[in-house]
Amino acid sequence: MRHRRSTATLSVVGVVALVATACGGSSTGGNSSANAAPPVPKIAMAQSVGAGEGSLDLINWAGYAEDGTNDKSVDWVHPFQKATGCIVHDKIGNTSDEMVQLMKTGQYDGVSASGDATLRLVYGSQVAPVNTSLVPNYATIQDFLKNRSWNSVNGQMYGIPHGWGANLLMYNTKTVSPAPTSWGAVFDANSPYKGKVTAYNSPIYIADAGLYLMKHNPELGIKNPYALDQKQLDAAVALLKDQRKSVGEYWADYTKEVQAFESNNSVIGTTWQVIANLITTDKKTKVDAVIPSEGATGWSDTWMIAAHAKHPNCMYKWMDWITSPTVNAQVAEYFGEAPAQSLACEHTSDKTFCDQYHAADKTYSDGLYYWTTPTKHCLDGRGNVCTDYSQWTQAWTNIKG
Amino acid sequence: MTVATAGRPRVPGFARGRAVSAFLHRHVWLRLGALLLLPMLWLVVAYLGSLAAMLIAAFWTTDSFTGAVVHHTTLDNFRQLVTQSVYRTIAIRSLGVAAAVTVVDALIALPVAFYMAKVASARTQRLLVVAILTPLWASYLVKAYAWRVMLGEDGLINWLLRPFGLHGPGYGLVAVTMTLAYLWFPFMLLPVFAGLERLPDSLLEASADQGAKAWRTFRSVVLPLLFPALVAGSLFTFSLSLGDYISVNVVGGTTQLAANVIYDNITTGGNLPFAAAAAFFPIFAMLAYLLVARRTGALENV
Repeated sequence: MRHRRSTATLSVVGVVALVATACGGSSTGGNSSANAAPPVPKIAMAQSVGAGEGSLDLINWAGYAEDGTNDKSVDWVHPFQKATGCIVHDKIGNTSDEMVQLMKTGQYDGVSASGDATLRLVYGSQVAPVNTSLVPNYATIQDFLKNRSWNSVNGQMYGIPHGWGANLLMYNTKTVSPAPTSWGAVFDANSPYKGKVTAYNSPIYIADAGLYLMKHNPELGIKNPYALDQKQLDAAVALLKDQRKSVGEYWADYTKEVQAFESNNSVIGTTWQVIANLITTDKKTKVDAVIPSEGATGWSDTWMIAAHAKHPNCMYKWMDWITSPTVNAQVAEYFGEAPAQSLACEHTSDKTFCDQYHAADKTYSDGLYYWTTPTKHCLDGRGNVCTDYSQWTQAWTNIKG
Repeated sequence: MTVATAGRPRVPGFARGRAVSAFLHRHVWLRLGALLLLPMLWLVVAYLGSLAAMLIAAFWTTDSFTGAVVHHTTLDNFRQLVTQSVYRTIAIRSLGVAAAVTVVDALIALPVAFYMAKVASARTQRLLVVAILTPLWASYLVKAYAWRVMLGEDGLINWLLRPFGLHGPGYGLVAVTMTLAYLWFPFMLLPVFAGLERLPDSLLEASADQGAKAWRTFRSVVLPLLFPALVAGSLFTFSLSLGDYISVNVVGGTTQLAANVIYDNITTGGNLPFAAAAAFFPIFAMLAYLLVARRTGALENV
């Protein structure tokens, strides 16, 4: 016994020594670069697209790379494979954070990044600038999606716009009555649907509370739900803590929300159109998804190519494929979003689709609050008084308690 | 006669092999070293090395915008973990769940194991062992999701309770405890069963002869002898529960446990150093538990 103890002590000493030497060795100081935009990392841009490498590894939102598994008639991956010889391996990212995290592994060629991931990827040296002249379909992308703050830096595009849309309020039409018209339905601590409310499990959801407060508590002075100073963040946190009392569970995995609504564990909460579509297809529960009176947060997605993509040619071919009029129309209709490709509107099966989603309506598009990474430097131009994403992440842990 | 000339075949490699083995025979330590080299490399580099790397990372920090790890030694992660009350709450909740799972498993395992070891016929005993071990072969996720369906609003448990005007626990802490207690039950049952099998029947008879009732026999004879087995089982149930984050995601509702904090900081927060710092909690909790368990002497003959 004594012998065993001494070896145990030895190994503990060894580990401690290792830790000590390693800590002593580091010297570079951490610079909080949230204020001024840090210099853009220099990553080479492709100058030509050659033959496909035979394989393509993607990170994407659910519903963006459908190969007929979920719905036999929804398949734009197999035709792509046939046309280019690039076999697609897609990995679903449930949140923007997860996508950033996955891109850091360096195992993927590209990602369908939302606005709260794009700049983190650019400044984190994870993605390369995109040579738009190599993507023929880029020319006809909606103009109001080009060179925006979330997909370009200093006039250089870092991806090809894919589509955009709003985070919706979904409810079970049988249980929830009257039909909700305000986000207040999910923020009410005394909700009649206590225990059956659901919310998106990501710090970015704090912006939904920010938007609600912006419309209902004007004295807080919120101008942009992604630019919250400490007082405004505290108010949003308080609102979300109240909400938590009526939340049954949070969702990030879209299949979990589908299952929760179909089994009546959730009856009201935030969603994406694609989830409402899946539930409608399954026909187990009747749901409706609406944009409430306060407006909505939303996303604008961009296909980006990894800085050190192993299959760059296949990725360029994919970016062109997914934004081609027919395919972009298919994706947009399946996912339930406005297509980025202006010519896609002629190819939707429902001819009124683009009108429903205001696909060509710049004013409507500007009215949505797209997911953006909150930084210390306020997005509404108030200076360096705002809370950054790491504070939001901690606040989110606090909200869940 | 060909047979007479046929001695050992003179293959050059064979002679060299003999020389090597003779050399190794003379140098005992070399032999032992060569034998242990690979496993030791595995243990030190892959196992302890990765652990050390993780512990070092706990002292680093990340760039709040890009999420890149900044190699700047700081105690901030630990300061946050200690000073923010939410992490204390989560730590206590996690210990509570781990303890509850252990107690529930022990309470179920004791009578079941006693029946298996002392009452059941050899045939029934074999059947029971198989029945309890079989679920171990099923995927963890399948079992967790099965509980999600059972505990759901229209699930089996609510269906069973409805005639009595009752409602199931729904998703939350109770659901997590039930699911984990189910998942780790075999790890408690097997040591207890083995312990009871070793307990001679004559002791029970002697106790009865002395006039002890069932409860007295259990308390004064069975329990003290079984204590090491219970501790061994509890080591499994406690540590497995403390490290679990999947069941909580599946049936936990809004609950978060210590392992969720670690997991969320890797996948959602993108804050590896903070996750590493948070990982100190289960490590220290388990070390403390092991030390206490060793004090009881339960680990001597496991």
